[in-house]
This record gives sequence, C-alpha cells and structure tokens, in this order.
Amino acid sequence: MTGIRLERCGKTFDDGTRAVAPLDLEIAAGETIVFLGPSGCGKTTTLRMIAGLEAPDPGGRVLFDDTDVTLVPIERRNVGMVFQSYALFPNMSVAENVAYGLRVRRVDAEARAVRLEEMLAMMKIGELRHRPVDQLSGGQKQRVALARALAVRPRVLLLDEPLTALDAKLRDVLRIEIDALLRRLGVTTVYVTHDQAEAMALGDRIVVMSHGAVEQVGRPREIYFTPANRFVAEFVGTMNRLRGRARDGHLEVAGGRIPWRSATAGDVEVLFRPERARVVEAGAGGLAGRVLTSFFLGDRTRLVVEGVSDAPLIVEAGAGQQFRVGEPVHVAIDPDALLTLAR
Amino acid sequence: MRRRPRRAGWFYAQLAFTVLVAAFLVVPVVMSITAGLTVNFFQGVKSGLTLRWIGEVWRLYRETIVLSLTIALACLAVDLAVGVPAAYVLAKARSRWTRLIEEALVLPIAVPGLATALALILAYGTWREFRTSWVFILVGHVLFTLPFMVRAVLAVLSSIDLRTLEEGAASLGAGFRARFFGVVLPNCRSGILAGALMVVTLSVGEFNMTWMLHTPLTKTLPVGLADSYASMRLEIGSAYTLVFFFMIIPLLIGIQWAGRK
Repeated sequence: MTGIRLERCGKTFDDGTRAVAPLDLEIAAGETIVFLGPSGCGKTTTLRMIAGLEAPDPGGRVLFDDTDVTLVPIERRNVGMVFQSYALFPNMSVAENVAYGLRVRRVDAEARAVRLEEMLAMMKIGELRHRPVDQLSGGQKQRVALARALAVRPRVLLLDEPLTALDAKLRDVLRIEIDALLRRLGVTTVYVTHDQAEAMALGDRIVVMSHGAVEQVGRPREIYFTPANRFVAEFVGTMNRLRGRARDGHLEVAGGRIPWRSATAGDVEVLFRPERARVVEAGAGGLAGRVLTSFFLGDRTRLVVEGVSDAPLIVEAGAGQQFRVGEPVHVAIDPDALLTLAR
Repeated sequence: MRRRPRRAGWFYAQLAFTVLVAAFLVVPVVMSITAGLTVNFFQGVKSGLTLRWIGEVWRLYRETIVLSLTIALACLAVDLAVGVPAAYVLAKARSRWTRLIEEALVLPIAVPGLATALALILAYGTWREFRTSWVFILVGHVLFTLPFMVRAVLAVLSSIDLRTLEEGAASLGAGFRARFFGVVLPNCRSGILAGALMVVTLSVGEFNMTWMLHTPLTKTLPVGLADSYASMRLEIGSAYTLVFFFMIIPLLIGIQWAGRK
C-alpha cells in the first residue's frame, strides 16, 4: 500500500488562472480521501496532479511513499483512474477494455486471462464480456471502468466524479458497492465529488475546497459538526442562520429569545443544523414563527419557518405531524448546536 | 371520392418527372457503354457486339492504367502517413492557429488545379529528373487530396473525446506509441476509411492538374482518355470509360473492405 504526500502543490494554467493554491496534504496508505467542493474549486486539478496528468507549478512535489514522482508521467506511476465520462475504449469489448492495462504491460496471456476473470467476477460483469462498450448502460460502464482501473493492481486508485453521470437510485447502489469494495481492497483512494452525501459516505477524511484553496480537512463528522468556516458549513449539509442581538445571557431574535452562552455581545449571526431544532408546544420556550411551506419526505417532514429571524429556517419534524401553511409554530433550538463562524 | 383521382394525377406527374430526370442521366451512361461494346457505333447495336475495343484500349493505354493505379495508391500512402498525424495534431492542439491551418489546408481545393500545376512547373520545372518522373504528378495529387484526408479524420477525432481516451490509456500504462496505434487510430478508422475512398477516387479521376503536369511518358488514365477521345475512334474512348469503371469499382470496394477488416 502506498501513501501519498503533496508538498506545496499548486497549479496555475497557461492563461494565468490559478486553479489550485499551493497545498500540503498527507494521505495515509490505505486511506480513502475525498476532495469535495463546487465545480471549479480545483479538486479535479488536484487529482490530476496526483495522477500525473498535470504537473504542479515549480516548487511543488508529489510523493508516493517516499519516492518523488513529480516528473514521472502517468503511464509509469501505476495508478488506476476512473473518469467521469468513463473513457472506455469504443473499439474494444468489455473484456478487452478490462485487460488493456495488462496487455500494454506485456503480462503473459495466461496470467492476463486469470486476472481478467477475477476482475469480471469481482465487478459482476462476466456476462457482458463480449459486449461492445457502447451497448452498456451507465452503471455497467462504471463497473467496467472500475474493473479496468483495478486490474493492473494500482498503487493508488483515483476516481474523478465517478457517479455524477448516473441517476440518483443507481448512484446510491453503486456508492454502497464502491464503499464495500474500497474497504475490502484497502487500496489508497482519492475520490473527487461535488456531492456531499457521497463524500460523507465514502471518505475516511474529506478535503473541502473552494476557489482553489483547501477550506478544511477532517473526518466526515468533524466537517459536519464542527465546520471550520461558513463556506464549509453551508456547502456540507443544510445550515440555518439566526441574526439577532446578544445580551444578558440571551440571544434575542424576531421570534423570541434563547439562552446565549458565549461572551460575545451585540449584533451576532449564528448557524445551526436543521436536525438540532424541534417543533415544540407553545409556551415550551420555543421561538415563534409561521409555516411558510412543508415537505413530506416519507420518513420525516421538513418545514420552512418564517418570522423567527430575517431568513426562513429549515426545521425537521416527525412524519406523523401535519402542518398548514401560515400555521403558527414554535421552534426550540439546542443551545449547544449554535455555531459562530467567520465568513 | 372526388379528391382521390386528383391526388393520383399529381402522383403520376411526379413519377413522370422523376423518370424523365433519371432517364436524362442514365441514357448517356447506356450510350457510352454500348458505344464501347458495339462494332460500329454509327450503325448501332445491329452491327454486332465486340470486346475488340476493350482489347485495343488495353494495348494502347495499359501504361496509363497502371500508372494511375500506382499514383492513386502512392497518393493514399502519403496522405495516410502525413494526413492522419496532421489531423491528430490539429485535433489535440485546438487553438486559433490550428483553425487557421485548417482553413489554409483547403486552399489547394479552391485554387484551380491548373494554377497549382503551373506553380509546380514554375518552381521545379527545371529539375529535369523530377519534372519527367511520375512523382511530379504524385506531388500534385497529394497537394490536392491531402485536405480531404485531414478533414475526414479531423471530423471523427473532434467527435470523440480524444483527450480523455488518451488519458485513460495512459493511466493504464500505455506510452505514446501504444496509445496512438492501439486507441487513437482504431477509433478514427471510419474517418480514415472515408478519407481513403475520397483520396483514391479523386486521384484516379484528377484531370485538369494532371493534364498540365504529365509528360508523354507519364500519362494517367484521364489524360489518356482525353487523348483517345481526341485522336481515336469514338468506340475506343467509350471502351476506355468502361475500363475506368472496372478498375475503380473493385478498388473502392477493396478499400471499404480493408477499412472494415
């Protein structure tokens, strides 16, 4: 297993745009790390630097274990890569695609056949072996792409938005499968996505990026519960915002007041997750507001409540409760859940 | 009930027009074929059918046929060796400059063949060995046909995600040669095939530039054809056309077949 180290890896394109500000990052052997961020945040460029498809700006170094591979082209880095568009070869069948890496490495025919069978079985695509790749569904293409990348026993597996082109249901199924696969193989994996649910589910650690810079690196729970800044808080999951005035141990907002434990006084802005607030009976200490809309989600009901603060709040309630638009409600917020974050 | 006959009338009018146009086009073909096979064209088919004229064409113009085929195949070889890599480079390096090159590349088609020929003669006419060799004609044909090969291949390369395919191959350990021959070429085969068909047909049929470039010893088929129309019996000229068809059709089918593998 191979660890990866990025040292001062930045990328400025020929036209002068800076895609990635110099960053340092250590990825442990066997770890699955997810680069998460909106499009254009530099996550794919960072992945491409690890792959060897982009060279970092002078001064940056990429190390696999302790070997400097900065100048090693991708074809000699021994990486496995899955592209968003899969990049399967249209002139080859499924089996030929999967065995391609072994063929260019001049693995002998017998060993090649054995490995091919292993891969087809592992990805459950044995019956597709003779199919041309343009006759495969999106999910099948994804499996072939994974089998092809893994067939060469890569030192690191690199996945660039592998599920983005699939529909929601298939995405869930494949996400679970990929997760199980990565745990079983224990291969060092770098996964790029803009989908925070994928990042949460797959990542041992998540690197949140925006505008070419790393905003936070941490385990999924850290990213979710203790976001380092407002960008991370708002990009990962849903965040509510309360604006009010803090004084005498209370935070006063339009809908009432709640206990305030921070020493900060005056005008403040705090954030909290929807699941840290509940709808309570009147008089139970909740903040008063009115239902703007409510969505029944099957397992729960999501309410949009206005009047508590300047912006509407999103609050969750049990599936059994029903609400009318305009109905007055009271929202109790867990005081521990309030976050004060810098922009 | 009243509308149907009127619709039928309109239909027959269209049919008649179509048949007329088709006949207008087909009649000269039939005339030419019969002319090449009848003993005496002016007396008509009743004078009898013969293969004599075809034999005569073979005797008189065998060299032009062989030379035309040689030039067409050599032209194809050069266009493949130069045009396919050129298209690849243009497809990879998409910029303002490559657009310009792409446009400039079609100039030899727009410029009259006679002008291209004249330029070649002005520049290299005094280089005797070159001027009198069939390679002189080959150069002209390559200039004229290369854009077709480049364009056909470029069209296919632009329609596939070439960069990602190559990156995919590279990530699996393929170096440049393996990528180019194993992934790029097979995936632009349809373009290469289309280009090859175009190049061979154009080269075999090219007259106006070749007419300027040829010497009495380097006559190609169309030049020979003009010669035979001008100086031989009409039957020989027509038989020559037949030979032309018999030659070009198997060649084109052969290229199609080679392209499909």
